[in-house]
Amino acid sequence: MKRLRALLRRLTGIFPSQQREQDLAAEIDSHIQMHIDDSVLAGKTREEARREAILTLGGVELTKQAYRDRSTIPFLESLFQDFSFGARQLRRNPGFAVTVILMLALGMAASVAIFAFVDAALIQPLPYPEPSRLVDVAENNTLVPRANISYPDYLDWKKFNTVFSSLDVYRGTSYILSMPAGAQLVTGARVSDGFFHTLGIVPILGRDFYVGEDQPSAPRTVILSYATWRDRFGSRKDILGQTVVLSGLPATVVGVLPLNFRFALSGPPEFWSPLRASNGELNRGSHNWYGVGRLKEGVTVAAALANMTQIAQQLERQYPSSNRGQGASVIMLSEAIVGPVRPILLTLLSGAGLLLLIACVNVASLLLIRSAGRRRETAVRAALGASRSRLIRQFVTEGLLLVTIGTVFGILLAAGAMKVLLHLLSRNMLLRMPYLEGLRFNLHVMAFAAVVALLAAVVFSATPLLGLFTADMRDGLTEGSRVSTGVLWRRLGSNLVVAELAIAMVLLVSAGLLGKSLYRLLRVDLGFQPDHLATLQIAVPFLNYTKPEQATGLTRRIITRVSVLPGVRSAAVTSILPVRALGNGSTIWIRFPGRPYDGKHIEVNSRDVSAEYFVTLQAKLLRGRYFTDEEDLSKPNVAVISESFAKLYFPGEDPVGKFYGDPAFSPGSMRQIIGVVADIKESSLDSETWPTEYLPYNQGPDYSYSLIVRSSQSEQTLLPSLSAAVHGVDPAIGITGETTMSRLIDDSPTASLHRSSAWLVGGFATFALLLSVIGLYGVITYSVSQRTREIGVRMALGAHRGMVYGLILKEAGSLTACGIVAGIICAIGTASVMRSLLFGTQAWDISTLIAITVTLGTAAMFASYIPARRAASINPVEALRAE
Amino acid sequence: MNNKTDVWQGTLALMVLKTIEILGPLHGYGIARRIEQTSGNRLALNYGTLYPALLKLEQEGAIEAEWGVSDNNRKAKFYKLTRAGRKQLEREARNWEQATEILACFLAPENDIV
Repeated sequence: MKRLRALLRRLTGIFPSQQREQDLAAEIDSHIQMHIDDSVLAGKTREEARREAILTLGGVELTKQAYRDRSTIPFLESLFQDFSFGARQLRRNPGFAVTVILMLALGMAASVAIFAFVDAALIQPLPYPEPSRLVDVAENNTLVPRANISYPDYLDWKKFNTVFSSLDVYRGTSYILSMPAGAQLVTGARVSDGFFHTLGIVPILGRDFYVGEDQPSAPRTVILSYATWRDRFGSRKDILGQTVVLSGLPATVVGVLPLNFRFALSGPPEFWSPLRASNGELNRGSHNWYGVGRLKEGVTVAAALANMTQIAQQLERQYPSSNRGQGASVIMLSEAIVGPVRPILLTLLSGAGLLLLIACVNVASLLLIRSAGRRRETAVRAALGASRSRLIRQFVTEGLLLVTIGTVFGILLAAGAMKVLLHLLSRNMLLRMPYLEGLRFNLHVMAFAAVVALLAAVVFSATPLLGLFTADMRDGLTEGSRVSTGVLWRRLGSNLVVAELAIAMVLLVSAGLLGKSLYRLLRVDLGFQPDHLATLQIAVPFLNYTKPEQATGLTRRIITRVSVLPGVRSAAVTSILPVRALGNGSTIWIRFPGRPYDGKHIEVNSRDVSAEYFVTLQAKLLRGRYFTDEEDLSKPNVAVISESFAKLYFPGEDPVGKFYGDPAFSPGSMRQIIGVVADIKESSLDSETWPTEYLPYNQGPDYSYSLIVRSSQSEQTLLPSLSAAVHGVDPAIGITGETTMSRLIDDSPTASLHRSSAWLVGGFATFALLLSVIGLYGVITYSVSQRTREIGVRMALGAHRGMVYGLILKEAGSLTACGIVAGIICAIGTASVMRSLLFGTQAWDISTLIAITVTLGTAAMFASYIPARRAASINPVEALRAE
Repeated sequence: MNNKTDVWQGTLALMVLKTIEILGPLHGYGIARRIEQTSGNRLALNYGTLYPALLKLEQEGAIEAEWGVSDNNRKAKFYKLTRAGRKQLEREARNWEQATEILACFLAPENDIV
């Protein structure tokens, strides 16, 4: 108890107090006076008495020091002194302090913010129970590593597998929901009965689907997402048992999903229905489903894959016409979801790490310069009795002070940067990345920040010591001691700057390559004119238009109605918009009559388009003709094929007039090629577009398609009247996704990913350029200040200004050259690693390398020109006197 | 050369407390002189060591300090015993007596241990 009390009193004693010092002095003084009084009374002289008093006391200063040591905790007190001394030092040199703190905060913010994304995407587990047992199950073939499963294959896989405790399938869909403002197209998903059970998700209201509820014979039911229940149905508890009409079909609401339930589909589905396979989907060749399985306890992914492959081979033998070449793919569900963004995130994290490295190197070299400048101060303190450990502690304390302030700012900046980065991603992208919901300043991120801060603290405390203890401390007191620091500096500081320039080079080259990729991507040959195109998605309420003729009639009316809108030049429909598809979209298998056929699938892209499609897109007809609106089900089947189709399957011959059909040559499938069109980008921007067939919409109407309109005025202003016109034909038509083709391209996942990585790495590179050039400037400036005397002597001996310029610029130039050469080597290595992020750009892209070299070289020369100028303007007389 | 005894570790605080108990509030110089006199000038007391000891007792709450005026009209800091200090004194005095008794048994010339 009393010990604690004493400790507390001593703790408060850390803070220096004028009062206490005065009290102590007065007490000792009165002690001595009383002693003198007594001795004088005993007959001694005042002089003798004073001497005796001080002697018996044991010395005034010693007594005071013993008292002071007891009044506080000496270690803490000197630590406090170090801190306040360090703070004073920094305040005295605010430029230095601000630079160091800013650099550290910048590097810290970049790396911590990016790490938060990495954590959300790659480190945090999926938000389902036992996520490590969840796998993505798919078919695969030589063209597509992860292809959709056909429903009959799924049923066999489910029946014969021995590795999954459950296996389910799902696919996204859309429903027409009648709303007061006209029908709306809403997102939905169709899932097999055990889907939620497999994920481990339990509805918060109502029940999960029961076994067999996904059969066509079961009554129609639906489970709502939480947001839908809240926003469309006002969170009413009595929603269960109520009926919603989806695309004209009534379904009973049986459940509501939890608020935090997310599943990565292209958009979050509002309505979840049991799958109820249609007749078409019972076909083994109809690949529509994504699979998700829960592994049995202790079963590995590899074992599951082996089991599934075995079943797939069995099916291949059993159903050669449909299953030839169809293997199986089993990967972790997390891998399937975040796999595509991993390379980008890791690239960004490395970029941020490099930026942090540059910042640290820069700060380190600044500290080195500063410690060299403080050699005399250190030597004086050592001479006055400061112990070596006390001197070291002083520098460590100052390093810690800088790191602490830098870290605080860095974390604040990082929190801001995380918000900005989220805004950088388009809404579309965010919907595809539900895991980013987990993005926050959590323990992982804190720990990461702490490790970075710790490393920085070690570097920042150790660096000045390097400059301090490499030479005998007493040298610091002697004149002309700069020579030895100059040597040290040139060895270490120059190496640091070369490293900095090399890292900057790596970042600049990466940014250049990514920028060039983005440029190439956005200027990829689309095969059509993307400007002045407005689009929207249409869902036809099929219950009202069950016959194909009814559907084609409706589509004709929509096109006619839209075509007469002011400013509209032409309008058309297509089953899938160009650029829009993930990969290649809808494909079919074909076969050519009169050619040997080994059963190997010939797979081509397939689009149902209306007659005006090519004209509206302004595609280029190479041969033959486009089809007309009159070519419908009553006329012979025709097709227009793409140029690559013609080149691949009709090399050296004219395809126009030739026939092809499905692999079985079923009578209705045979069609004649009537024209060849230059390739249109029917796939995502960065993937190769497969050979494509275009079939007349009127010969195979779809119930959901996209409308494309070419406008002579701004396509943006056309959008509202477009929707109104479609609803004018039939208010029951579902409409969604009103947008322009240019925006569609800009917002496409491919473009967004490339754009965000190019911008971010570009940002890192800009800072890196800035920091490394500042670093170079610092080194050269310091070098000039150290060589003032030498330059003075040279000038006194007749060197003219030009020679001094040459001297300094030569030093800067050789450092820059070393940095750039080292940088180019590393950059090419780095670029080959991130090749998967590049598009149409080689890792050793010469023009980028040259441009970056010139940029960095120019900036470096500019930075060293300033100190060179200062050197050239040295007055030799003053320079020689200065020492 | 010097036949005076050094102050044993830990005994100074006890001497200080006992001195103040007997004489009442007293300044540092007075305490030092008194300790020297009581020991019959056999202790080699560095007066300076008294002050950290006084500060320690003050920090532990055994004594309190207050500025006052000495007999010969000098301004001085007077230390007086607190309640806690009185208890501490009793306890330590008892401990010390016990310790010396035990030690005395060992050092007695005619050892009675059977």
